[in-house]
Amino acid sequence: MGAVSLTDIVKRFGSFTAVQRMSMDIPEGSFVTLLGPSGCGKTTTLRMIAGLIDPSEGEITIKGKRVNDVPIHKRNLGLVFQNYALFPHKTIAQNVAFGLKYRDLSKADMDRKVRDVLDLVQLPHVADRYPKQLSGGQQQRIALARAIVIEPDVLLLDEPLSALDANLREDMRVELKRIQHRIGITTVFVTHDQSEALAMSDRVVVMSDGRIEQVGTPEDVYNTPASEFVSRFLGISNILSATSKGANAGGLSLELPVFGQITVPKEKAPHVEGAGPVKLVIRAEKLLLTDLSAPRDERAAFDGVVEAVDYQGQAARYFVRVGDQQLQAINMIDERPFQEGETVSVRFRPRDCAALPGAPS
Amino acid sequence: MGWPLIRVYTLLVYLFMFLPVAVVVLLSFNASQFGSFPMTGLSFRWFVELAQNEAILRAFRTSLVLGALTALISTTLGVLASLALVRYNIAGRNLISTLLIAPILVPEVVLAVALLLFLNFLSINKSFFLLLMGHVIFTLPFVILVVQARLVGIRRDYEEAALSLGASPVQTFFQITLPLLAPAVFAGMLFAFTISFDDITGTLFWKPGGVETVPTQIFAMLRNSISPEINALGTVMIFLTVGLPLLGLAIARRMAMQRGG
Repeated sequence: MGAVSLTDIVKRFGSFTAVQRMSMDIPEGSFVTLLGPSGCGKTTTLRMIAGLIDPSEGEITIKGKRVNDVPIHKRNLGLVFQNYALFPHKTIAQNVAFGLKYRDLSKADMDRKVRDVLDLVQLPHVADRYPKQLSGGQQQRIALARAIVIEPDVLLLDEPLSALDANLREDMRVELKRIQHRIGITTVFVTHDQSEALAMSDRVVVMSDGRIEQVGTPEDVYNTPASEFVSRFLGISNILSATSKGANAGGLSLELPVFGQITVPKEKAPHVEGAGPVKLVIRAEKLLLTDLSAPRDERAAFDGVVEAVDYQGQAARYFVRVGDQQLQAINMIDERPFQEGETVSVRFRPRDCAALPGAPS
Repeated sequence: MGWPLIRVYTLLVYLFMFLPVAVVVLLSFNASQFGSFPMTGLSFRWFVELAQNEAILRAFRTSLVLGALTALISTTLGVLASLALVRYNIAGRNLISTLLIAPILVPEVVLAVALLLFLNFLSINKSFFLLLMGHVIFTLPFVILVVQARLVGIRRDYEEAALSLGASPVQTFFQITLPLLAPAVFAGMLFAFTISFDDITGTLFWKPGGVETVPTQIFAMLRNSISPEINALGTVMIFLTVGLPLLGLAIARRMAMQRGG
């Protein structure tokens, strides 16, 4: 059993069901991210683990102990909020020491722990300042320090980076992961930002409409989405309608309108059974645009016309038409971006594609 | 109307409002026997007589005790009611909120008579305690309005963070909520005190025999004669009821600024 276990958790608010029968096991020491759009139930789930709201049904255990009826202040959790929630009327040292006051510690131990944790978050010199004298990034580090200094059983992070500006957010991402790794604490991280989820997690739990869509490593959920929702939510994908002709030795054989016969490896289509309608998922960055004259490789090649260019500096996003299909491709720019109206060769490797059961929605 | 005319008009309105007050303050320093113009000289004579008038001093003490107790009880109840209304999802929240604010909307004389008739109906005699309760009823809305407004602005995150760190709900209230709420609590307390100290309508109906507050004492004195002492007393009252809240609000604002809003 994991450090945190949810069994058949349901949460209803009046007639609205925020979380629908969810079960999940979070292994000791792992960094698990609940990822999904707003309203998918990820924050509700986190708040149920924290004890800030009670589940309507189901059981929550932390370190093997049922905590449904344990109030939040007896759960021994570290909680970090989007808006830091540092106590504005207390100094940084008082903020960090706040949780230690409720644990039997000598004054000397308390001071030492506060010093150590401020060193850990690389802010040893701010102890006597007030929260509003610190920058957003510094405040968030202190909020983290305050949460981990009590050595909680689980660290719960509720969109902790979304109030920071873009550059700082990426630095904090690395910093947060470093600290988590260093102290080896079981961490549940809630975010709607896929890049945060992919960069930081050992495991990603993709959620939508109160349900788990997929659980897996970042590479799993990115490269082998289990549903159309996951493939659309993570990155940019082209989702094409196809017909499965059934499995053969090379994998799953598919028939597509414009692209003809394509064989996808079986491990890229784990949920497809036999023949019937399927969806072929091609990531935008796996679709390569080249000059018509470029030498052929293992990739399948089709002629297409660039319809629009979204220039992004080192890369560009192209809208390209192949037959009657419009596709999106994200490519690094070599020398110059392709121009609108240019005819290019559109290429992809079948093994970079994934197949999902059912017709596209 | 042109701007100059509006200026003159505004000036006249202010004069109409504040001139009588200024006259009272001015005449309280008049040396003459009669509390009216022309002034015969500048003197603190009436303030000295005021300080030696047993009845007034007694009324002053009563008003201070009544005001202080009203402030204390009103603020305690007001903070608890605001917490319940803002932080908990209680049934009939809007109704309760309206009922608690209602005493401001009902004319005071109606409220006063109603409470008196109610006490008669229950055959309860008038007492200082009931006078105090009366004052609590109509100062409570002011406290609730001020405290609620501030409480809505205090994000729940702070309390949730404290709880997650191991503080019990009671410890969280005293460690986090109350300190953050302090400016509003302080302001509410001052409001309650000033309103109670100032009140005459309700007090006239509710006060038991022999108990006088400063306003009822002034009222009683006016029935006999217009003594210049009353001007002096009026001056003291003005400074107390205007100065105290101003001072209080200044302190509350300072506290709010130090605590980062």
